[in-house]
Amino acid sequence: MIDLGNHASFILAAYGATVVIVIALALWIVLDGRAQRRRLAALEARGIRRRSAKGGSAS
Amino acid sequence: MALIDLANPTRFMALAGRILPWLWAATAVVLGVGLYLALFVAPPDYQQGETVKIMFIHVPAAWLSMFGYGLMAASALGTLVWRHPLADVAAKAIAPVGAAFTLIALVTGSLWGKPMWGTWWVWDARLTSVFVLFLMYLGLIALWSAVEDPNRAGRVAAVLILVGSVNIPIIKFSVDWWNTLHQPASVFRMGGSTIDASLLYPLFICAVGATLLFLALALMAMRNEILRRRIRALELVAVASASGAAA
Repeated sequence: MIDLGNHASFILAAYGATVVIVIALALWIVLDGRAQRRRLAALEARGIRRRSAKGGSAS
Repeated sequence: MALIDLANPTRFMALAGRILPWLWAATAVVLGVGLYLALFVAPPDYQQGETVKIMFIHVPAAWLSMFGYGLMAASALGTLVWRHPLADVAAKAIAPVGAAFTLIALVTGSLWGKPMWGTWWVWDARLTSVFVLFLMYLGLIALWSAVEDPNRAGRVAAVLILVGSVNIPIIKFSVDWWNTLHQPASVFRMGGSTIDASLLYPLFICAVGATLLFLALALMAMRNEILRRRIRALELVAVASASGAAA
């Protein structure tokens, strides 16, 4: 275990806050992507296609 | 493939899908090595002791807060001058990623400031200008959410981004132009870095890893935004079809 000295709590809090912010951002982006893919699939299931689409997938 | 081909969102989606796994792998390796060197190999600073370990996340986050805004400014030019179809998508997708890295810079800076300066926060030029950058990111995110038409929102946001870009040189040179509690530039400066190599190399590796992480997150957010606009277009087609059938 590394010795972080007298100010260990500040160092750990800085790394902890960074991990929390990055994970929250990544999770939001992943969940947003899933939600968009679900909405797109629902629209395509209803037979709604772009005029330029020629049967290709959206991903 | 010519660079101009990337202007096509479908081609961009396919290319980004192929790049992203490699980008995530490179992020994991580079950031993993950087953090290992930072936490287990780099020595304590002769003045700051072990609190210098906060530098390995604070400094890359601060660089990327400005890098993100720089990318948004380039995208804003793409929107206004060349009407590039992906320019506004890029600007909108980068905003939350830039805001998150700016928040990391502010929080870790505060946690570094308390033991070293004796205070969590001062309203000096460097800290205030970075806080203004964070507010600008939030304001732009709110603007994109408030205007329904993405093309109109994109043009208004592009003008605001370019006006706000005046803050970037203010952040960079604030420590030279005014008396601030924040230390002056110690990495990119005339006469070379003042940081010892044993701390500088881990810092550079962490910065490269954090940049790869930033780009991976921004690419994923861009793909989401392209899908969002595709859905909007399909919903308009659905409404037009329904109106046509009713008439």
